[in-house]
Amino acid sequence: MKEMLEKIEQSALSEIAAGVSTEEIRIKYLGKKGELTKVLRGMGALSAEERPVVGALANTVRANIEAALKEAVAAEEARKLDEKLKKEKLDVTFPGKEIARGHRHPIYETEQTLRDIFIGLGFSIVEGPEVEYDYYNFEALNIPKDHPARDTQDTFYISDNILLRSQTSPVQVRTMEHMQPPIRIISPGRVYRADPADATHSPIFHQCEGLVIDKGVTMGDLKGVLELFAKRMFGEKTRIRFRPHHFPFTEPSAEVDVSCFACGGKGCRLCKGEGWIEILGAGMVHPFVLSNCGIDPNEYSGFAFGMGIERIAMARLGINDLRLLYENDMRFLEQF
Amino acid sequence: MVLSMNWLSDFVKADDIEIKKYCDELTESGSKVEGYEILGEEIENVRVGLITKIEQHPDAERLVICQVDCGERNLQIVTAAKNVFEGALVPLCYCPDGEKRVAKVKGGEIKTGKLRGVLSEGMFCSIEELGLTTHDMPGAAEDGILILNGYDVKPGDDICDALMMRDKAVEFEITPNRPDCLSVIGLARETAATFARELTVPTPVVKENPELGKIEDYLEVKITDTEKCKRYSARVIKNVKIEPSPLWLRMRLRASGVRPINNIVDITNYVMLEYGQPMHAFDYVCLGGKKIDIRTAGDKEIFRTLDSVDHELEPDMLVIADETKPVALAGVMGGENSEITENTSTVVFESAMFHGSSVRITAKKLGMRTEASARFEKGLDCENTLPALERACELVELLGAGEVVPGIIDEYPVKKEVARVPFEPEKISRFLGLNISADEMKKYLERLFFTFDGDEIIVPSYRDDVRCMNDIAEEVVRLYGYNKIESGNMVFPMTQGGLNESQKFKYDLGNLLLGAGYTEICTYSFMNASNYDKIRLAKDDARRKSVEIANPFGEDSKTMRTTALPTLFEVVENSSRSGVENVAIYEMAKVFIPREGVVTNEHGLEGTLPEEKMKLVLGAYGAADFYTLKGAVDKVMQFAGIDASYVACETEPTFHPGRCANVVAADGTILGTFGELHPLTMKNYEFISTVYAAELDLDAIYANASFEKAYKPLPKFPASTRDFSFVCDDALEVGTIEKVMKETNSKLIESVKLFDIYRGAQLGEGKKSVSFSVSFRSPDHTLTVEETDKAAKKILGAIEHKLGITIRQ
Repeated sequence: MKEMLEKIEQSALSEIAAGVSTEEIRIKYLGKKGELTKVLRGMGALSAEERPVVGALANTVRANIEAALKEAVAAEEARKLDEKLKKEKLDVTFPGKEIARGHRHPIYETEQTLRDIFIGLGFSIVEGPEVEYDYYNFEALNIPKDHPARDTQDTFYISDNILLRSQTSPVQVRTMEHMQPPIRIISPGRVYRADPADATHSPIFHQCEGLVIDKGVTMGDLKGVLELFAKRMFGEKTRIRFRPHHFPFTEPSAEVDVSCFACGGKGCRLCKGEGWIEILGAGMVHPFVLSNCGIDPNEYSGFAFGMGIERIAMARLGINDLRLLYENDMRFLEQF
Repeated sequence: MVLSMNWLSDFVKADDIEIKKYCDELTESGSKVEGYEILGEEIENVRVGLITKIEQHPDAERLVICQVDCGERNLQIVTAAKNVFEGALVPLCYCPDGEKRVAKVKGGEIKTGKLRGVLSEGMFCSIEELGLTTHDMPGAAEDGILILNGYDVKPGDDICDALMMRDKAVEFEITPNRPDCLSVIGLARETAATFARELTVPTPVVKENPELGKIEDYLEVKITDTEKCKRYSARVIKNVKIEPSPLWLRMRLRASGVRPINNIVDITNYVMLEYGQPMHAFDYVCLGGKKIDIRTAGDKEIFRTLDSVDHELEPDMLVIADETKPVALAGVMGGENSEITENTSTVVFESAMFHGSSVRITAKKLGMRTEASARFEKGLDCENTLPALERACELVELLGAGEVVPGIIDEYPVKKEVARVPFEPEKISRFLGLNISADEMKKYLERLFFTFDGDEIIVPSYRDDVRCMNDIAEEVVRLYGYNKIESGNMVFPMTQGGLNESQKFKYDLGNLLLGAGYTEICTYSFMNASNYDKIRLAKDDARRKSVEIANPFGEDSKTMRTTALPTLFEVVENSSRSGVENVAIYEMAKVFIPREGVVTNEHGLEGTLPEEKMKLVLGAYGAADFYTLKGAVDKVMQFAGIDASYVACETEPTFHPGRCANVVAADGTILGTFGELHPLTMKNYEFISTVYAAELDLDAIYANASFEKAYKPLPKFPASTRDFSFVCDDALEVGTIEKVMKETNSKLIESVKLFDIYRGAQLGEGKKSVSFSVSFRSPDHTLTVEETDKAAKKILGAIEHKLGITIRQ
């Protein structure tokens, strides 16, 4: 019987190896009328000594066949799955399904970048009215009526006394009137000047001005803050350059250039060969303005700066015509 | 201000500095250079030639053949010019080495060639070809060759040298606080300070002719308005001979961008450019009563200026008058009645200081800003009138333009006070964040002609812009070098930065809309008032009352919007025109609502500022319909934590009366309106498909918003669901049914969801079937079938009772 069992095992394993259907093999050898079952049925004829030995052998044979069958079944399933997956192959180059996504306007996207930079430096955001008193837009800023400096800004007037703010500086005045130092604010917002729209002008544009007032604020601090800003905005390698200038509300005043971020300062089309791009006006707040707003210039000093958001957006995104920003062509906006 | 570098060298040596470097350094020390031009650069190889012989061209009637002595050899030139003659000295353009070098005039290069078979080795030049005008070269033919006989030239001379055309013109952008720099001497001072060089300004010397008596015999000057006229200095010139100015003077004016006229006028312009002091010259015979009175004008006095325009004067305008009539608008322009003419023989030179804002107001009111008024209005130096006047008279004598009557009239009622500023070197150092010694500061300030009196700095009379420590600090640092300032790092007490709650709300809301597929737009806040018609506002609609700009470009920039829909529709229209198929856009846009009455403000300022409200507008077409737009509006409300209801609105003329809703807060506040546009609104625009829009009041939404979030325990017990279908009139809003259902047993009802609407023939005309799925849940136990049935029954009862509709069988 031993030989028979071994024969059965051999024959079953070789059939499995030959790829005969696993179900067929199971029925043929392990089924109710299967060969192994038949042998086991004949065990009654064995002696009491032989029975446990042959029984153990038979169990081993059964286990071996079952294990081999299980393995074969697993292999078979793996093969079928493989076949199925092959059939399910997708063309991954087909376009993805469209998911709607809006685009932030480049002006506001740039404004947001500016906000984030200054918030990181401990600045708050302050807003103010766009229709403003002449007093806040000019007089409190050391620009009395009939001051020639008013010529440099063509202003839209509502009445003799009320105008569309030509700068966001009135927000600084309003802030200083209601807040004692330390002051650290920026005031991004919309301003108006009577310049007809062309590639570089717009009667409506956006500015971001900043103001810092505290004890012992120096011009070096102004430079430090602007340098930090420029690096964040235009890249770590950016350098800044100060040029003396005049603003009625700051003294000393400066125009600030940043090294061209397109060419790094070598000179290119963006910077018109200069290597520098003018982006900012800045200076130390004029003592007249401080005392006008109820802050003692003997105790406090401060600096202010201002920049055009469109100008920065255009430079960063390579936009060559300011009007594009206000035309809101979808094909334009969807690029950003 | 255009500076002639030749002129500058009268006062400071700068011709050894490379021009680019000069411009850069002046910019860095505070006088911004806009650009420079090298004059005479475009003319090459043009020399003076002497025509020795003229013959007729054998084959051309209009041409002549000239033999010309150009200094080194004889040349043959064929020309069509008619004004040439034997013995004429002319500009001759030719290549000295034949073809090897270029000869250039304004407008092109010249080569040797043949004209009708006869060799012509160059070309004679007209003034135009030399870039000159008849103002620069008085008496020169406009359509012929420039004849140089009478000029100090000889054959072979380079034309640019001979005509003193070589110069460098540097254009400065002078800020309004530095009117002193609108002059050659002012810029010479800045040049000297920038390069630490010596400045030499000679004191003008006037010889006078003692035979002419005294100025008092000729003229009496009285300043009636001493507020508006601070100083008036005058001189009288007799035996004036009006003629062109000499070449050197004309060329300096030309380099400075000023047109030469005649010697007297040119002298006034020359002195204005050199000293920065506007001058005026009157014809003495026109001054009635030999008197000059500086007074304000009579009401509605009519005055004709030099440019032959009549002006009606106002009583606050300052005039220079004789005994009876005005002869000049002080600081603006002279009168035609006292203009210098060819027959003028006696001239009064005026050098005065008029009050800046007075000149500015007059010039502005009369719409005539002149070179003089532009200078006066910035505030000139009282101490400058005499040196300028003396320089003018010196030039008169130098040019032989007339004889100066002995004596000066100089009315100067209140002498200008010398400004003093304390010298606080340590404070300045600290303020700038620099370590500059007091001695170094002193050195810089002295280079700028500040002087010291103990601890005080004495400010030069022409520097009205320097009055306090900050001003001194700027003077120091601009010579020290702005770019040598070390960057500080703001070591100060901490401040809390960040967005406030409302800023954060708007920013986050923007992100929500972007995520929902809406693109942000940015439009103008002003518009044409006809837009109110386009969006069909009624004639008496309150929104038509707008803030208006007094000085707009035109109608399109006149009206501050009270609604942000028109500017939105314009963008939608542009997208339609450019063929964009799908559009979904939003804008957070300010609108401006006029306010009645006077709101008191701190400074007692007149007038009331309008209310500035923030609107959120949405617009969509293409893949949009009413309910997708409502979905977006609903998202906004959910984001703001507002349980809004939507109420049909038939009265918004912009929108379809049957497809428009108001968004209403719990307290009844209308938060906005949205819907499909009225077909008649659509007709007013070029839209390609139906447009849906919303205008929401962001301020009201923010005021009603609730951002409080608190954890609610997750449900522990299962929900039971029941579906209901009702047949009702089509006009009955599902919202009404939903509301009735919710109100019946709000404790157990977890949610009510509409899942189907059906209209069909079998339901009958004007009927619809609506199906809701209602979910019931109790927080503390699993609902029994009986409980759920009871709640459901209650709902059915309420629907039947309140709305008179029954469940669909």
